[in-house]
Amino acid sequence: MLHTINKSPFERNSLDTCLRLAKPGSDLLFVEDGVYAVTVGTAVQDNVKKATEEHVLYALGPDLAARGITEDQVIDGVNIVDYGDFVDLAAKNDRVQAWL
Amino acid sequence: MKFGILVNEGPYTHQASDTAFKFTEAALQKGHEIVRVFFYHDGVNNGTRLTTPPQDDRNIVNRWSELGAAHDLDLVVCVAAAQRRGIADADEAKRNGKDADNIAPGFRISGLGQLVEAGILADRLMIFGD
Amino acid sequence: MANGNKKFMYVNRRAPYGTIYALEGLEVVLIGAAFDQDVSMAFVDDGVYQLKKGQDTGATGMKNFSPAYRALGDYDVTKLYVEKESLDQRGLTADDLLDLTYEDEDDDYAEKPSVRIVSGEELAGILDEQDVIFNF
Repeated sequence: MLHTINKSPFERNSLDTCLRLAKPGSDLLFVEDGVYAVTVGTAVQDNVKKATEEHVLYALGPDLAARGITEDQVIDGVNIVDYGDFVDLAAKNDRVQAWL
Repeated sequence: MKFGILVNEGPYTHQASDTAFKFTEAALQKGHEIVRVFFYHDGVNNGTRLTTPPQDDRNIVNRWSELGAAHDLDLVVCVAAAQRRGIADADEAKRNGKDADNIAPGFRISGLGQLVEAGILADRLMIFGD
Repeated sequence: MANGNKKFMYVNRRAPYGTIYALEGLEVVLIGAAFDQDVSMAFVDDGVYQLKKGQDTGATGMKNFSPAYRALGDYDVTKLYVEKESLDQRGLTADDLLDLTYEDEDDDYAEKPSVRIVSGEELAGILDEQDVIFNF
């Protein structure tokens, strides 16, 4: 399943709920304000790092850039992708869940 | 692959309509089919032709209309949500005794059944919201 | 017209009244029931509050739409999964929830509960079986 997370983990509990309800081996894509979750040095860094061991994590490059987050500020193991890759991820997975 | 697109928020206040637009554009570029773009909740506000956003920023309504025209997209605004929020075409305005309509070019107003149908016809239903 | 029998899941994560998502989400479920797909609903996080008994909106001036949940059984929407962790976090139990039932036509129309309390792990499995997942 492709799970998308679009809200900041400090604003909304969507990331927590997603991690609780995502089966191992899922694709997790962070978009919009959701990309803050994959920046280094935050209070959720450990949870997100742990998630990279169970799932494959992606973050939308345009949303990172918009928010002034550079590649070296992104947690190791998170793949930076573009909108075309977003489409490919949605096509490749059998189902999609948007954690708003 | 056939994609259905659901936009749950209005223009500018949330990034949802922007992300939905960029996704839709990318999907079309890759040769996929867009079954329908359905606008629900405040998403119906993407369908008013009365917006005048600042000149130096993107025109969200117009670019949906333009993308719709270029690719013959079915841009559907939910009638119930539209009635609540004041988006109307000429028929709706007449039916509900309003003195004006405001629907943007390329959008049509229809029932929630169109959203459910998109879920059935599409291979993937992509949801963009708050 | 539409065809195919897909598994439709409507995920509800927001409380009623503070925002319109619970109400307008329910409207999709009720309209969607006419399309003869395999429909379930999941109530997670604040979504569990949608099923809380005793809602009285009079003084707020808003419409109380909780009676509409009772119609779900008649519309063949009989699988309402409520996540246990979400209930626990909010100090709620099954007794706090609306008593929603349906008549099982395969069992002599016996009245059965539609609300099924499941663990997060069970719900993850259920979500993984769905074809289309709605979030509002």
